[in-house]
Amino acid sequence: MMHPTPGFWASAAMISSVVLSSTTGEVLTAAAMKSIGDLDEIRAREGMKGAIKAVITCPMFFAGVFFLAVAFFALLFALNHLNLSLVAPASASLTLVTNAIAGKIFLKENVDRRRWAAALLVCLGVYLLAI
Amino acid sequence: MAHHRLAPRQYLILGLVALCAPLGDTCLSRGMKHFPPIHLAHPGELVAAVFTPWIGAGIALLIGFFASYLTALSWADLTFVLPATAFGNVIVALLSRFWLHEYISVSRWAGIALITLGVGFVAHGPSLTEEVAHLPEKEHVS
Repeated sequence: MMHPTPGFWASAAMISSVVLSSTTGEVLTAAAMKSIGDLDEIRAREGMKGAIKAVITCPMFFAGVFFLAVAFFALLFALNHLNLSLVAPASASLTLVTNAIAGKIFLKENVDRRRWAAALLVCLGVYLLAI
Repeated sequence: MAHHRLAPRQYLILGLVALCAPLGDTCLSRGMKHFPPIHLAHPGELVAAVFTPWIGAGIALLIGFFASYLTALSWADLTFVLPATAFGNVIVALLSRFWLHEYISVSRWAGIALITLGVGFVAHGPSLTEEVAHLPEKEHVS
């Protein structure tokens, strides 16, 4: 079914909603997984049940999942109005940049020049995708 | 920062993250195109969409993505996992063009190429930030 194409600001708002909720969810999830430790090692030591238990007993994991669920419904809403070839790469790539910033600030990850260069290339890529 | 080399099984996990996400997104898009425009005043229509076949398939693929993604996050940085799996954007573009028959302009192809280049950049770097060991202060010998 063909829908009328939304304007620039409406499209930007839809994509921003996906990006912000997704970044919050991913940072919380990453922090949770770091606190749990290597899942492969836990599975080798305690089996699949042990690995699942380690994940579902971490409260921060559920906070992350909540925001990822918000991002999912924001994505469904955006896909209802915009083309997949715009929404998927734009939201995924912008999330990459916001995650680089959030990863450095909140997760204390070493976001070196290589990772910043990757983020800039992706930004330019997103600009080209959106015009 | 030490260079953490990934095992073949870990590359497989990253591959699953890259593949399941775009395939899932494509199924979601295909499913949502069959719905009339949904307005914020009726959010229940979004929940009803979850129980349609395409959206259901998309959700199943995204669950596969999430399981692989969690595993990857347990042994690599978030700022490594996300760019390294961004190659999925190229897969989305190909699926959009050849399956959903969407038009992809030259500038969008160029954008996808730059994203791929960015992925190549980050994928050659270390996968995990090394924790700085806090050594005890030098003991004073009296």
